[in-house]
Amino acid sequence: MNIYDIIGPIMVGPSSSHTAGAVRLGNLALAILGEPVKYAVIELHGSFAQTYRGHGTDLALVAGLLGWPPDDLRIPQSFEYAEKDGLEYSFVKVNLGDLAHPNTVRFKLKGKNGAESQITGSSVGGGSVLITDIDGFSLEFTGELTVLLTMHHDKPGVVALVTSILSNQGVNVAAMRLSRHNKGGLAVMVLETDQSISNELVGAIKALPQIKAVRRIQLS
Amino acid sequence: MNKKLSLQEWIDDATEQQISFMDYCIKHQSSLVEKSPQELIEYMLSTLEVMEHSIEVGLSGVKSRGGLVGGDARKLYDYSSDSSKSIIGSAVGRAITIALAVGEANAAMGKIVAAPTAGASGVLPAVLFALGEAWNIERTELAKALVVAGAIGMVIASRASLSGAAGGCQAECGSAGAMAAGAAVVLNGGTPSQVGHAVAITLKNMLGLVCDPVAGLVEVPCVKRNAGAVAQAMVAAEIALAGITSVIPVDEVIDAMAAVGSAMSCSLRETSQGGLAVTPTALALAEKILKV
Repeated sequence: MNIYDIIGPIMVGPSSSHTAGAVRLGNLALAILGEPVKYAVIELHGSFAQTYRGHGTDLALVAGLLGWPPDDLRIPQSFEYAEKDGLEYSFVKVNLGDLAHPNTVRFKLKGKNGAESQITGSSVGGGSVLITDIDGFSLEFTGELTVLLTMHHDKPGVVALVTSILSNQGVNVAAMRLSRHNKGGLAVMVLETDQSISNELVGAIKALPQIKAVRRIQLS
Repeated sequence: MNKKLSLQEWIDDATEQQISFMDYCIKHQSSLVEKSPQELIEYMLSTLEVMEHSIEVGLSGVKSRGGLVGGDARKLYDYSSDSSKSIIGSAVGRAITIALAVGEANAAMGKIVAAPTAGASGVLPAVLFALGEAWNIERTELAKALVVAGAIGMVIASRASLSGAAGGCQAECGSAGAMAAGAAVVLNGGTPSQVGHAVAITLKNMLGLVCDPVAGLVEVPCVKRNAGAVAQAMVAAEIALAGITSVIPVDEVIDAMAAVGSAMSCSLRETSQGGLAVTPTALALAEKILKV
């Protein structure tokens, strides 16, 4: 968290956690899916479930899935734009347990090109957010830095290969997290970097035989 | 997560270096975000523009999304323009008018600066613009005071919380008030330690304030609580500038605020399941609004 998070964001009201944070969670979910959303089941937990209508959280989440920023003045009309755009959505109230942050959302997304992803994230205050789970892999990132997300086979050397490709191009890794379902199975790596990551770099990492999928997440 | 910051440490550093708290915060904060002081001030100037516009939007008389607030800023503006009627005087009167205006613009899904949150977004513009107008302060000075406010907010965020869902309204309007009190002290030329006392006194006077929005909307009681926080901020700044100190040091007050927030029932933390939100009138309003 830095001073821009405290004096900011510049946003459409009425709630930084329930409106601006919700837009950002939608933005991150869209970036993780990696293609335009065709269908979204949006599950709301805790305070999100209790008060989403009043705070325009529903409008904001859909605006986020459309890729709009939190200060977009069209946010109050996001449902109409979603309809024109062919984005279908539904909202469900869920209980994700006592350990889940009160402002938590779980997206179940289907993309226009067939991609599917399940993403859980929380709005942790002042518009800041945290992604905590992607497709059952528990992880943690805020989206404030550039994020490189890989799904790969859990084999020795994958981490070194990816980080060396990044370091060769002068990209510094600020934080990193690994998660796997079982030893030798599928694994997810989250790398947060200080520099932006070019298309060439994403391509080079995607070309590694051990890598199943790569996503780059860069919110403005 | 971030490590705990200490406002006292920064106050001591500034005092030791014999520089104003404004200059200290600008130097320190710009280095933290790897920007030049000028770039940071430019950003603050851009937020002041958004704030100024949101004041105009609110004063024009908007209606909120839920329909519970709107038009009150205008009422207060008209009332307080006759200074012979005012109980609290022109500076505080102007400030609370601005607080209502921005609060109403926010509730109408207008564009605002979340400083530190949208629910409490009326507090800083109110204190900054009211003092700016009263004392003819240059815009750049207001931008610099905003950096001080941001620095105070960072400490509160690291030791406690700025979110109503986590810490109640004391964490939102209370923090905004504390930040505004610090800004008011530096605009008045106060010392670094006076900033600390103003922050501590504001938070102490707002400790325990719950977050209980009627029908889940950032409307009632949020908009008027912004005006309340503005008054608290100005009271605390005045007390601190007179050389009166807070017996409990500022970092300890922030920690107490965090502890009170954790002890608060979930029903009083933005879930609309307690406080004003479950009064018969609130429940009737909620049923009416949410049915539509």
